[in-house]
Amino acid sequence: MSVLLATLALGLVMAILALGIFISFRVLGMADITADGSFTLGAAVVARLLAAGVNPWLATAAGTVAGSLAGLLTGTLATRFRINTLLAGILVMTALYSIDLRIMGTSNLSLPGTGVFQPFDRVVEAVAGAPRMTILGRDVAAQELGGLLGAAVFAGLVTAVLAWYLRTESGTALRATGDNARMLRALGTSTDRATVIGLAMSNALVALSGALLAQMQGFADAQMGIGMIVMGLASVILGQTLVGNVRIGGLALVGAVMGSVLFRLMIAIALRWGLDPNDLKLVTALVVFAAIVTPGMLARWKAVPRA
Amino acid sequence: MLELRTVRKTFNPGTANEVRALDGLNLVLEPGTFTVVIGTNGSGKSTLQGVVGGALPVEAGQVLIGGTDVTAWPEHRRAALVGRVFQDPFAGTAPTLTVAENLALAGKRTGWRTLAPLLRRSARAGWRDQLAQIGLGLENRLDDPIGLLSGGQRQAITLVMAALTDPVLLLLDEHTAALDPRSAELVMEVTARIAARGKSTVLMVTHSMAQAVHHGDRVVAMHRGQVRLDARGPEKRRLSESDLRDYFSQVRRDDAFDAHAARLVATQYR
Repeated sequence: MSVLLATLALGLVMAILALGIFISFRVLGMADITADGSFTLGAAVVARLLAAGVNPWLATAAGTVAGSLAGLLTGTLATRFRINTLLAGILVMTALYSIDLRIMGTSNLSLPGTGVFQPFDRVVEAVAGAPRMTILGRDVAAQELGGLLGAAVFAGLVTAVLAWYLRTESGTALRATGDNARMLRALGTSTDRATVIGLAMSNALVALSGALLAQMQGFADAQMGIGMIVMGLASVILGQTLVGNVRIGGLALVGAVMGSVLFRLMIAIALRWGLDPNDLKLVTALVVFAAIVTPGMLARWKAVPRA
Repeated sequence: MLELRTVRKTFNPGTANEVRALDGLNLVLEPGTFTVVIGTNGSGKSTLQGVVGGALPVEAGQVLIGGTDVTAWPEHRRAALVGRVFQDPFAGTAPTLTVAENLALAGKRTGWRTLAPLLRRSARAGWRDQLAQIGLGLENRLDDPIGLLSGGQRQAITLVMAALTDPVLLLLDEHTAALDPRSAELVMEVTARIAARGKSTVLMVTHSMAQAVHHGDRVVAMHRGQVRLDARGPEKRRLSESDLRDYFSQVRRDDAFDAHAARLVATQYR
């Protein structure tokens, strides 16, 4: 039971990462590797600020803002200095590795308490009237349910805000930037500015996800961001498979969230079956590769006439 | 209105491939007029589009749109004054956005995009009217992704989008060249209707002599980066396709003569 609850909570926290990757990958149509660095950045900022006794909400907000600055930097490198977006992301990600270490002062930092999840723990405890309870015949700690509740609230909020934003003038301009940048320039929007804003938003969400994960697991680690772009891509692509090839909007966002949760469940099951945790990133990369390549191969296979 | 003052643009300057695309071009378009620009390949008419639209920076000279000097303005900033339609019928619309969303973006072309909802119910009636005028039944497809429509349909909508805010200048870049004859005719009908409103100065670049003869109230033929022929008023109305054909063969003869003379001079002074 607790493994399931933890997996669901983890999936929902990582869903915010997936939504961030959704913006860079699906909306803007680029692969932004900055995510690997900004995920750790969010966690590092929160860890450092919580250790200094700052309010957890303030610390989480600071981590998110730090992530948006990282995205702003990548976007500026890509647009103002005309560096290939992939390379711009690599540069910022690499630089962030040192910055994350500087912020934390060490490669691994423990967090006091459960940060922003604490209020949710208390809510569950107040409703249940005890720190432990029995659900479906299993013993569950209020903290586990609180984590899940908090993660669900955060993921839900981010999804709702993003769904709303994508329908605004600014959000539609962002979608059009990934769709047909030339048209948007002809219509009087600086696609450079739209790209920078999109990358800033994307990395803000990635950093928020990292900040929440650090508070959920109780520590921040300099290595925790490695492979996050691929994890996010896996969730986004999985989500696309779940909800079908729908237009970019609320349903596609919900798909990314579902994709993240499903992906975490699949990993949990695979680990149960004896998958070596060290092989996890290899398997993830293979899953993403297969998910990207398979639809095209299937289409070609179907298109070939057979006797 | 549009005014070009001795505009110069050279590609690959200082190299063997140097091309003087615009060679001190002067051109003034009066407000509300419809001018057709024709020319052979390499005459500079595409460069003219780029220079007016803002995609190509000029080397010397000035570009004025509606009396404002826009020479240093980037492409997206000129959009406040210039509506554009490109040759590629897929270039002017965002395929995954709906017809309504595309129109709404076009209607909101000036100023920074805000956080207000893009689609407002009140605007739909106006869009329906505009689309109904095209006569393809597009007014019933406002909520379809525009990528589902044909090239001709999309180009017609692009044209409506470009003229939606009555920009000072409407810049049409061989906008029917990639369409089938029926769609091209339809898009030209929409073009004529928009030009007849007289709210925007229309500048259309085309390869088609028939279009140059049958549309617009002024024909400008370019050659080697300058205006070679400029017919307006009664002269334009008298202009026939055979006149234009004669003009082009004259241009070809002159070019051949120039090339021959150049060879002759080269051998004489070796």
